[in-house]
Amino acid sequence: MPALGADMDEGTVLEWLVKPGDEIRKGDVIAVIDTAKAAIDAESFITGTIEQLIIGVGETVPVGTVLAMISEPAAPKAAPPPPPAGEPQRQAATPEHVPAAPGRPAPPISPLIRKRAHELGVNLAGLRGSGRGGALTRADVERAAARREPAGAGARSKATPRARRVAAELGVSLADVTGTGPGGSVREADVRRAVPAGEAAPAREPVPAREPAPEALAARSPAERTRSMRQAIARLMARSKREIPHYYVSSTVDMTSALSWMHERNRELAVSERLVPAALLLKAAALAARRVPGVNGYWVDDQFRPAEAVHLGLAISLRGGGLLTPAIHDAAELPLAELMSGMRDLVIRARAGRLRGSELTDATITMTNLGEQGVESVFGVIYPPQVALVGFGKITERPVAVGGLIGVRPVVVTTLAADHRASDGYTGARYLTALSDLLQKPGELL
Amino acid sequence: MTPDQARHAIEEAVARVAPDADLAGLAPDADLRDGLELDSLDFLRFIEILTERTGRQITEDDYPHLATLASAIKFLAGG
Repeated sequence: MPALGADMDEGTVLEWLVKPGDEIRKGDVIAVIDTAKAAIDAESFITGTIEQLIIGVGETVPVGTVLAMISEPAAPKAAPPPPPAGEPQRQAATPEHVPAAPGRPAPPISPLIRKRAHELGVNLAGLRGSGRGGALTRADVERAAARREPAGAGARSKATPRARRVAAELGVSLADVTGTGPGGSVREADVRRAVPAGEAAPAREPVPAREPAPEALAARSPAERTRSMRQAIARLMARSKREIPHYYVSSTVDMTSALSWMHERNRELAVSERLVPAALLLKAAALAARRVPGVNGYWVDDQFRPAEAVHLGLAISLRGGGLLTPAIHDAAELPLAELMSGMRDLVIRARAGRLRGSELTDATITMTNLGEQGVESVFGVIYPPQVALVGFGKITERPVAVGGLIGVRPVVVTTLAADHRASDGYTGARYLTALSDLLQKPGELL
Repeated sequence: MTPDQARHAIEEAVARVAPDADLAGLAPDADLRDGLELDSLDFLRFIEILTERTGRQITEDDYPHLATLASAIKFLAGG
């Protein structure tokens, strides 16, 4: 179970998008994981072949639990031929485990034990063996299964992802459906049969496999989602304010040239290709972070680790409350048009609940554009382990003195909240100055 | 385009951009973006859908006409 964000400590498998035998590449989305904040597309950390799915759909496990076994493509080392059962060579979906493995191999687990564990839905990674040399025995596995029974794991209805989706669409409870699939699992046809005749199914096309269908997959009700998201935000923000000595700087930036450049450009473009000021602010924020690397990176192990790329996290408020901060990868390198479409796509997917894991974990600096909601300025709370958060207020017309004369110009208040452990106010000031300079030369933002 | 058609197009665009927004509960001369909590991307999408629905070219200079329900109906029906 990967940590899909600094505030995540457990997750639920909503759907597997792969099955044993599937070849996958690093970065492929292999599962949909439900976290306190959202359902997220989890990506594979390695390239290889799926050997076994260990954690079943509907199970909630702590971060670090092995979800699936993935064997890597035949390594050049002279190893004994793989056993016929296709013994997995490496664990996947748990970054902590991958590098830890080589030094001290765990006692081998016999295929029979593995099979029994799979039947019982027991996660072997979390088990301590009582056999010789710490090896797992059949009894260990059965004891673990028995321990879990009261938690309701046994009552979980087995169903294919497609059946789950159709059931949610049609409002059918899976518990009421008799499955005809392998092991009594519920298949799509079973769900459709369970709809009483006359109670016509909604005239909706069946959802294609990869279409966003958040409601259909969501393991939590909206009320539960609101509560769990609130708790996740509470934990992370409390940690931020407890650990990070924030300092703040702000600056008012003239937006005249940026906006007139943008309007001129938009005049020639179809609505779908037009820019919004937020795209200019985003690009400028990313480029400024590249110029002033002291605000771009992480505070870990008592030291600042600058990040090479600028992955700009974007605070996106969700309708109905809550907040997600997915990242736009390599935001400083992206052409403005791509950044704009990337931002639109990210907002749509954040609100539909279809973000990728890497988008929620990779941000090196975050930006909030609360000005969209009318405030003049916003002083943010940093997302640990990041070290800075850029804020933009509303672009408003203000009297400004230019060349000894008062004129009315559009301005925006830019702010930076930064981690005083990682940088000093001087660095923060340089960052805002770079940001302002960039916004005066909008042609360079392209 | 009649005022009724214009109203219908606006209602549809709002429903698609912000399904949970309450357009009916908003005064005709209230600001759409503030009242429905549309951010700039929502508003762009709103314009995009209106363009598709009405076939009308809407430039950035026209945006002020789309500030309220009443002014938007007038703008779309007037063209």
